[in-house]
Amino acid sequence: MSQTELAGAQPKEFTRRTFIKGVIATGATVSSAGYLFRGTSLLGAATYQTATERLITLSINGQDRRVDVLPHETLAMTLRYKLGLTGTKLGCDRAECGACTVLVDGVNQYACSMLTHQVRGRAVTTIEGLENPDTGELSVVQKAVMDEGGFQCAFCAPGFIMSMTSMLDTNPNPTREEAAVALSGNLCRCADYEKILNCAMRAAELHRSV
Amino acid sequence: MAKIRDMIPAFELLQPTSVEAALDLMDEHREEGWVLAGGLDSFDWFKDRIKRPSAVIDLGGIEELKGIREVANGVEIGAMTSLTAIERDERIRSRFSIVADAAHHVATPQIRNQGTIGGNVSQDTRCWYYRSGWPCYRAGGNTCYAAAPQAMNREHCIMGRSRCVAVNPSDTAPALIAVDAKMIVENSGGPRVFDAEDFFIGPSIDITRMTVMGPRDLLTRIQIPATWADADFYYEKVRDRGSWDFQLVSVAAAFRKSGNTIQEARIAVNGVAPYPVRLEAVERRIVGSTGDEATAQAAGEIAIRGAQALRHNDYKIPMMRNLVRRAVRSVA
Repeated sequence: MSQTELAGAQPKEFTRRTFIKGVIATGATVSSAGYLFRGTSLLGAATYQTATERLITLSINGQDRRVDVLPHETLAMTLRYKLGLTGTKLGCDRAECGACTVLVDGVNQYACSMLTHQVRGRAVTTIEGLENPDTGELSVVQKAVMDEGGFQCAFCAPGFIMSMTSMLDTNPNPTREEAAVALSGNLCRCADYEKILNCAMRAAELHRSV
Repeated sequence: MAKIRDMIPAFELLQPTSVEAALDLMDEHREEGWVLAGGLDSFDWFKDRIKRPSAVIDLGGIEELKGIREVANGVEIGAMTSLTAIERDERIRSRFSIVADAAHHVATPQIRNQGTIGGNVSQDTRCWYYRSGWPCYRAGGNTCYAAAPQAMNREHCIMGRSRCVAVNPSDTAPALIAVDAKMIVENSGGPRVFDAEDFFIGPSIDITRMTVMGPRDLLTRIQIPATWADADFYYEKVRDRGSWDFQLVSVAAAFRKSGNTIQEARIAVNGVAPYPVRLEAVERRIVGSTGDEATAQAAGEIAIRGAQALRHNDYKIPMMRNLVRRAVRSVA
């Protein structure tokens, strides 16, 4: 796929974001290792050049994705910089903010703090995989967030939405307190927690009525 | 504190599928190898480039290390069982609720989904001087930065110091001591069994380690004997925020009563020393009592005997005293 085609597919929104994603998708960076390793004088050249990428198949959002992965690469890095799934955010990169939350076999985990090689054979779901792949219909959690207008800047939104999705899987009928506990592994720097909890309760309501 | 750098430095990733294979790899790589459980402690070290192992041995593919099963005399938890699985397990919840409760108090749901009981008890201290790569005693140097006159040491220890003033960060550790859990540590020479309270060691024994385990040792299972099943339990963790944070002080206690009288008790506190502390003098004091107010008061005073604050952590002394009192009062 050329960049022109990609731009053509989304004529209205040829933004910086789609451009960057296009570059990643077309493999224009040749090996994304060049991008990943920018400015790593600390690393010591000898160390990383000996590390070899291995071609593995991952199950991402219901699709088999073949991708070259380094032994020490985190899932968040693979998703964002090799597969172009930039809906998964990187905030702290330390399992301390929740922006990178994805589902692994339906369970919410921090993609910044696991190795991509650890999710071989397991089903990974990112924010891009929540909508119905055929109809594009949003998931109940996404609809609830639209209804309640739950986020301000929304950098944390994908992570919260993944945690809400996981919560409804184990507890489809949460109290507001239980929802707060279920979402306690995600931070919102806008401190929009009340509205985010409104979203969670609305999502549970929609989930029950499906 | 944490800086975002581009990537974890390279290492060889080894993914054994049996304990035997893992032990072979650990023998092969020794000090150059790093055993990876859930990874929440490990990746911080790697990202900060403080620890740079050449080989990482990922235990995630070893099925025999996962799961909870009933054994002849109690319950056995595989070291790679997630904290979420423990928190939700019906057998643990009904008979050893204190262990489920402690697991529930670890960090956040995501961390509990990924973090393991083995990793939780084996994790390294969070003293930020040590974690930032300062050459302190624990890191093989010849000073302690956290006890220096200008040091920031609000979270550090009030007892058990020996050059190092760091604390053990584990939430499950005091609960496992309270139920008299047995830790099964294996190496290529075979398994050894440690009482939970002996599994954790202080700097006076070995300043570079938090537990008895050396580089070739692997914690494979934790057994909880039926002795303390269905006892009266008390667990409380005090921390700055309601999620994520490690304990400032936590207390875990198990009581056996006959009528209103305490027949037997086990109490452990964490966050006050470089290892979780079992309070045997308190246990002796409260046995035979009803957990009345006078006993609770005395228990609190005995608990803090010998405690010595650093510049910024004197609050921990009354906090520990009060948590022990609350634990004792819970029986009455």
